[in-house]
Amino acid sequence: MQIQDLTKQYDGKTVVDGVSFSIPKGKVISLIGPNGAGKSTVMGMISRLIAHDDGLVHFQGKDISKWKSKELSKRLAILTQTNQIQMKLTVRELVTFGRFPYSGNRITPEDAAVIDRAIAYMELDELQDRFLDELSGGQRQRAMIAMVIAQDTEYVLLDEPTNNLDIYHATNMMKIVRRLCDELGKTVILVLHEINYAAFYSDYICAFKDGKIAKFGTVEQVITKENLSEIYQVDFEILNIKGKPLSIYY
Amino acid sequence: MQSKRFTLLLVLAVVVLSVASLFIGVIDLKPSELWSGNLEMWQIFIVSRLPRLLAILCTGVGMSVAGLIMQQLCSNKFVSPTTGATISSAQFGILLALLFMPASTLWSRAIFAFGAAILGTWIFVWFIQRIQFKDVVMVPLVGIMFGNVIGGVTSYLAYKHEMTQALSSWLVGHFSLVLKGRYEIVWLTVPLVVLAFVFANHFNIVGLGKDFSKNLGVPYNFVLFMGLTIAAMITASIVVVVGSISYIGLIVPNIVAMYKGDKIRGTLVDTALFGAVFVLACDMIGRVAIFPYELPIELIVGIVGSVIFVGLLFYRLKYGRKAIRLGHAGTSCCASMPREKGGEMV
Repeated sequence: MQIQDLTKQYDGKTVVDGVSFSIPKGKVISLIGPNGAGKSTVMGMISRLIAHDDGLVHFQGKDISKWKSKELSKRLAILTQTNQIQMKLTVRELVTFGRFPYSGNRITPEDAAVIDRAIAYMELDELQDRFLDELSGGQRQRAMIAMVIAQDTEYVLLDEPTNNLDIYHATNMMKIVRRLCDELGKTVILVLHEINYAAFYSDYICAFKDGKIAKFGTVEQVITKENLSEIYQVDFEILNIKGKPLSIYY
Repeated sequence: MQSKRFTLLLVLAVVVLSVASLFIGVIDLKPSELWSGNLEMWQIFIVSRLPRLLAILCTGVGMSVAGLIMQQLCSNKFVSPTTGATISSAQFGILLALLFMPASTLWSRAIFAFGAAILGTWIFVWFIQRIQFKDVVMVPLVGIMFGNVIGGVTSYLAYKHEMTQALSSWLVGHFSLVLKGRYEIVWLTVPLVVLAFVFANHFNIVGLGKDFSKNLGVPYNFVLFMGLTIAAMITASIVVVVGSISYIGLIVPNIVAMYKGDKIRGTLVDTALFGAVFVLACDMIGRVAIFPYELPIELIVGIVGSVIFVGLLFYRLKYGRKAIRLGHAGTSCCASMPREKGGEMV
């Protein structure tokens, strides 16, 4: 996936300004940056949820807006604001929706097998007939990820997946992200607020500031004292824990 | 298995009540006389009793399915043809037909009602989507206000053109004028309900939100407006024949969702059957209460429905608190103030 000169304006104000980068395949890429830096808007544009004003999102041979929505949904999945489902659906019913782009209303035996595997992979077997509104936030999040796994896409985009989760569930979430990449071979793109989660669990980091890319590269290249102080306008110290840069800000 | 048994029970109730409904009336119609080939009795049966039963079934099924679709699409449990301005828009359409085409047939009135109901529902949903209310109760309140504004305009125009009398038949729903040859429009609900069943999963996905639908390749706006159109057409075809019937679209889907959940494919049949039972029962009460006279169905549904609705509200209040407690006990995550309080209280 290649992004060229991506631009978005709201009411004449440029929110994303000429962003270009290419997304390495089979890696975890985190988009970080202060509020209003444009990272969520970029995420929206590369997932076709938001239309781009200018530039190109080159995805497997053509621009993302030229794709048929249904075809794209077999190749790219996006989760946003995942905790807000208020409908009384069971876990299994939700995961079954992941097969909708493939089979529509008719769930084939192959689909059922994919659904079973997705539920087992997220360790939701015992919860699969429970209603979502009876589950905890972390369990609900896992059910959403199981749906994405059933959707069986090469690319998985997650908008702030650790939002509203406590340390235990957020860390588990990041471990799941890592497994999606390492075990299932997916390319995972995340929007994250916590820099340390980004540093510990991603391969690449794309840091935004004022609608532009401030830094893009491997974790070690981006997470430095100078870069982060520049981007966030706060003093940073970088420690080295288990070979990963841990940032402290004050 | 438990819920399958409940579905069978509903089927049984529909059959029993239907048979009973056929043989209740001012003229004492006995099955034995039909057997012996009494032509006069057969005529009553075919011209009045059977059409009435079919109209009742279509009304019960149609209104509850229309309510189910609207609740799902708007992801709000309080939206229904009554609280979504659909019924009042359909009445407005009928008035327009009476005003501009005084010699209008049932079909041309129906077309006006369809147009107005679809347009009114679209405007309402477009409006609530633009505003994005934080509180779920605001949505039906806005719908009731919007419906009352349309109803007010309707009454004013009817009064000005001395149409109040003519219009009253559509303001208060009743089955007493359902006769062979002048109710068949209500059959339209059958293909529309089948269509709703075909697109059930689409409606579910759209109910889960715009981003969720796009992710699965479902065209959000198209499905939303198609679903609303189906619901509005079901409602309008009932309003044209029977008149306004409130509450069914509101309470029946809510009751069924309590034990069956929100997956439309799983609840549609139960919702339709439950709606039929509800209207059959209310109609029978209306016919028996002041025998040999008859109370309009809208009156009975209004009384029974409002009592159930208040009960539902109380249940929701209680259930809501329980749900919060469950959330508190289930995880240690984000234990915000109200949750902790909930935990202590219980």
